[in-house]
Amino acid sequence: MTERRIAVVSAGLGRPSSTLLLGEKLATAAEAALRERGIEARVDVVELRDHAHDLTNNMLTGFPASSLREMLERVTGADGVIAVTPIFNASYSGLFKTFFDVLEQDALAGRPVLIAATGGTPRHSLALEHALRPMFAYLRSVVVPTAVYAASEDWGAGGDPAGGLTGLTGLTGRIGRAAEEFAALVADRQAPERTDPYADPVPFERLLRGGD
Amino acid sequence: MQFGIFSVGDVTTDPTTGRTPSEAERIKAMVRIALKAEEVGLDVFATGEHHNPPFVPSSPTTMLGFIAARTERLVLSTATTLITTNDPVKIAEDFAMLQHLADGRVDLMMGRGNTGPVYPWFGKDIRQGIELALEYYNLLHRLWREDVVDWQGKLRTPLQGFTATPRPLDGVPPFVWHGSIRSPEIAEQAAYYGDGFFANNIFWPKEHYMRLIDLYRRRFEHYGHGAYDQAIVGLGGQVFMRKNSQDAVREFRPYFDNAPVYGHGPSLEEFTRETPLTVGSPQEVIDRTLKFREYFGDYQRQLFLMDHAGLPLSTALEQLDILGEEVVPVLRKEFAAVRPAHVPDAPTHASLLAAKQDAAAGVDGDGDGTEKVEAAQ
Repeated sequence: MTERRIAVVSAGLGRPSSTLLLGEKLATAAEAALRERGIEARVDVVELRDHAHDLTNNMLTGFPASSLREMLERVTGADGVIAVTPIFNASYSGLFKTFFDVLEQDALAGRPVLIAATGGTPRHSLALEHALRPMFAYLRSVVVPTAVYAASEDWGAGGDPAGGLTGLTGLTGRIGRAAEEFAALVADRQAPERTDPYADPVPFERLLRGGD
Repeated sequence: MQFGIFSVGDVTTDPTTGRTPSEAERIKAMVRIALKAEEVGLDVFATGEHHNPPFVPSSPTTMLGFIAARTERLVLSTATTLITTNDPVKIAEDFAMLQHLADGRVDLMMGRGNTGPVYPWFGKDIRQGIELALEYYNLLHRLWREDVVDWQGKLRTPLQGFTATPRPLDGVPPFVWHGSIRSPEIAEQAAYYGDGFFANNIFWPKEHYMRLIDLYRRRFEHYGHGAYDQAIVGLGGQVFMRKNSQDAVREFRPYFDNAPVYGHGPSLEEFTRETPLTVGSPQEVIDRTLKFREYFGDYQRQLFLMDHAGLPLSTALEQLDILGEEVVPVLRKEFAAVRPAHVPDAPTHASLLAAKQDAAAGVDGDGDGTEKVEAAQ
């Protein structure tokens, strides 16, 4: 059976965290959607709060501590990333941004990303579209069309009453639709040939000519 | 093997007293530290080059020329000379002049510099950092080896019939190291020319530098300058010592906690675990430094950073006493005991001149300083 690796990156701060819960529900739905395609998913969950100090240290020193490096490699090595943040002050949280700020350039280029967020009120839901989506566009990730926002009321009876494409309503319906779109991208992803500049350096004569 | 120190030349407030040295004091302190390096038996003093406060050493050959006049043995070097924003013609001239004044006790380390605004201040574009380093060094290399140079590149005005003066001392260009924190291109460049490669080694975990040095050694062999373990490697290090480990930690902690670059970030304990910084007894420094060889192979030059983060001059001088009296003699002996005979020393003016004379006498033709090694095999 084919295998794909999915990383869930949660910037939730609470314990328990509704942001993490949303990430896990998306991962479970994506696993199911991949299984229907004959693909086994391995899910890695990263809670950024566990690495908050290391992330700040990386900002200050310019390099990741070994504990952080291991986590960064798990995320950047995944076939798809589910990125979930609480919405603070109409945007992603500082911790969420810090994580993506310390990644190497192009670390997530071409990678399927499912964006999701939580907040106290549904009025912040478009932060996904005006804050998260442009950032991932800049990182040249492939962002899933459906972004999932969960306000407090969505965990109960709230949310939209109309059935989605999956026939389910509300948050569960949106999760299913987003996971379906994400699974399709992850399933199609061909792992790129990674060139290792340390193992296979560009020969000097070519460097001197400007790399052509 | 060579041992020495490198100075960033930062003017930093002493966090324990709140006192900030003047630029004049810091410049004189750097000189005093260099003289002390020779007194305590070290081999190399290297100065940084910076063009923004709080750093003072903007004019390395002026400082090194002054130190040259007051020392006998010390090799004068840089860490680093900015090959991107300096004119390679001026580097060729300045360091050839210094070579003559210092009777050949000169080498230098090329670096790109990582202060963004320095590039535009000197009319350059940081996005061309690698191209500048490659093209300018290529020109510099020729200016020291060809009496009359016709040159045309993309990033500097062309030269027709140009002779850089003075010519290098005895027709032997200064040995060049290439310093890099992360660029495989620079390791490749150092290997191509058969130059030295210096891994600053101060910030990143050793695994990163192991990859860079492995790349440099493989490519050094590929380009025919010698075997993998004959490539010329230098390493940085950073230490603070007292007789008792606990005293060293207690005294250094406020400097660490407030240091430029890593201050207010990781704890002293985290940073010593992750990087080569060693704060402890002389024996701990010896043990840690000997380990470098296990990670990076036999190497030729070890430089320590000893005088930054606002440490008073008196403390820096005490540190050099400990380094010269208790640490380096042991390191010399221990490294020499395990070093295979075919591993060369770091090239000096004398060794390069001997190699050139041997080459002229037909002993070996490539003039890269590895003749004795090859003859011995």
